[in-house]
Amino acid sequence: MSWLKDVLESGAFAVTGEVGPPKSPNIQPVLKKVNQVCRHVDAVNFTDNQTAIVRMSSLAGCLLAKEAGADPVMQMVCRDRNRIALQSDLLGACALGVENVLCLSGDHQSMGNHPQSKNVFDVDSIQLLEIFKNMRDRSAFQNGEEIKSPVKVFLGAGESPYADPVAFRAMRLAKKVAAGAQFIQTQAIFDIERFEQWMFEVRGLGLHKKVFILGGVIPVKSARALRYMQEEVPGLVIPENLIHRLEKADDAKAEGVNICVETIERLKEIEGVAGVHIMAIAWESIIPEIVERAGLFPRPAKGAEHNHEDPKRT
Amino acid sequence: MIVGERKPIREILELLGDNTTVLVVGCGSCVTVCLSGGEREARELASILRIRGQSAREVTVERQCEKEFLLPLEKEIEPVQAVVSLACGIGVQAMSEMFSSHRVFPGLNTTFMGMPVEQGLWEEYCSGCGECVVHKYGGVCPVTRCAKSLFNGPCGGSQAGLCEVKPDRDCAWQLIYDRLKSQNRVEELLQVQPPKDWSFSRSGGHRKMSREDMLL
Ligand code: SF4
Ligand code: SF4
Repeated sequence: MSWLKDVLESGAFAVTGEVGPPKSPNIQPVLKKVNQVCRHVDAVNFTDNQTAIVRMSSLAGCLLAKEAGADPVMQMVCRDRNRIALQSDLLGACALGVENVLCLSGDHQSMGNHPQSKNVFDVDSIQLLEIFKNMRDRSAFQNGEEIKSPVKVFLGAGESPYADPVAFRAMRLAKKVAAGAQFIQTQAIFDIERFEQWMFEVRGLGLHKKVFILGGVIPVKSARALRYMQEEVPGLVIPENLIHRLEKADDAKAEGVNICVETIERLKEIEGVAGVHIMAIAWESIIPEIVERAGLFPRPAKGAEHNHEDPKRT
Repeated sequence: MIVGERKPIREILELLGDNTTVLVVGCGSCVTVCLSGGEREARELASILRIRGQSAREVTVERQCEKEFLLPLEKEIEPVQAVVSLACGIGVQAMSEMFSSHRVFPGLNTTFMGMPVEQGLWEEYCSGCGECVVHKYGGVCPVTRCAKSLFNGPCGGSQAGLCEVKPDRDCAWQLIYDRLKSQNRVEELLQVQPPKDWSFSRSGGHRKMSREDMLL
């Protein structure tokens, strides 16, 4: 049973974190990161070859996290797998007790470290949501064939409130909800006013009552990192004044954490925001501090049925 | 039209290797229009090859992709060691089939089906998916013009109307949205489009078409 779902349904402000699996089969970095964050988040996302760079598979990371007592979220992108493989991997995840799945289109391979590869994009993220929803609710594969045992999955999707055409963004969320999204983890929020505007549109469509929206945040360590994101990362809007704040700060790292905590404080006040998703890329160790300072610690305690802790691994 | 781009001279010379008597064959259709493999380009290539010491001649046929246009070439091909076709990949294969005792080298990289969008600028518009759906998208093909072939809306990286993958290209979804908005049809985009049936595309295997009424 998905612990993330329980937390969200209880009405608590949920906290999720993100772990990028290593570019090797070494399980130590995975366990280290999971141990760093697992008491401070309700669930941990495992990226799926993010930015099209080959890494340990998300499912493997999820299983390791589960054995270490965390509730994993398996990210799945449409870039590398067709509907046969995607459905197969959902069955596999389900068999292994990984029940949160985040459906994404995926970064184009030209941005990654194998730009010569061929992409798939057999289905898009919205079609994937619908396929998985039907596997769960109708016990049917995409082709209509019956699935003989129940598929359990808590379905999530990404959303980028800042990408263009802006007027289409809330509508796109509506499509994701119609297709089966139960929770949303958004792109990183730096421009909180524009995020508030998007949430206003989202509430106008009544979507905040149909889907749990977790606002994404990224703690940054320097003005340079933020400038890089402003210039290079598609779908982000980064106000100049934040870059100035980091430039002026004596301790830019601490200021980056301050900005992150302030953003979470604002998110907590926005009607319809059900939680926060902290993407501390290569800085997972900062998550506990952020969660504590944002007043989100301790996290809700898991009941016995959610405790999968495996002493051999931890 | 089919758009192609001539291979670099160096590559063509490498392909030719020791073959020194060469016939360059241009095509009078698509590749003439996109200025890459017509009469003019065939003449140009042949003279470059001659400067490089090859004994090269050129000829251009109306359409290399139809064998009846190739029949008259028989005499000219007979004496040469190699042929360079400046047609699209279909023309190269037709020539190879027709003159199977000869080596036929592609002088062109066939790139896409598209059209000129400005003087000197061509853009891909169709991937021949076998089941056209552009009417649902304001006449903009999401299969081809969206880098991720998304059917249900833009990805999270579309910015200022440009594609995140290649920022000098339009985001197909911005075009789709704008077109439908101008037609007051935006709400049609709210419909979740089910997965596409790719069995009509190249994914279904090599394709063939027959017309009962036209068969002899
Ligand atoms: S939908 Fe298919 S046939 Fe129509 S333009 Fe696009 S690729 Fe070509
Ligand atoms: S930016 Fe637009 S065209 Fe490019 S991949 Fe995203 S949706 Fe497709």
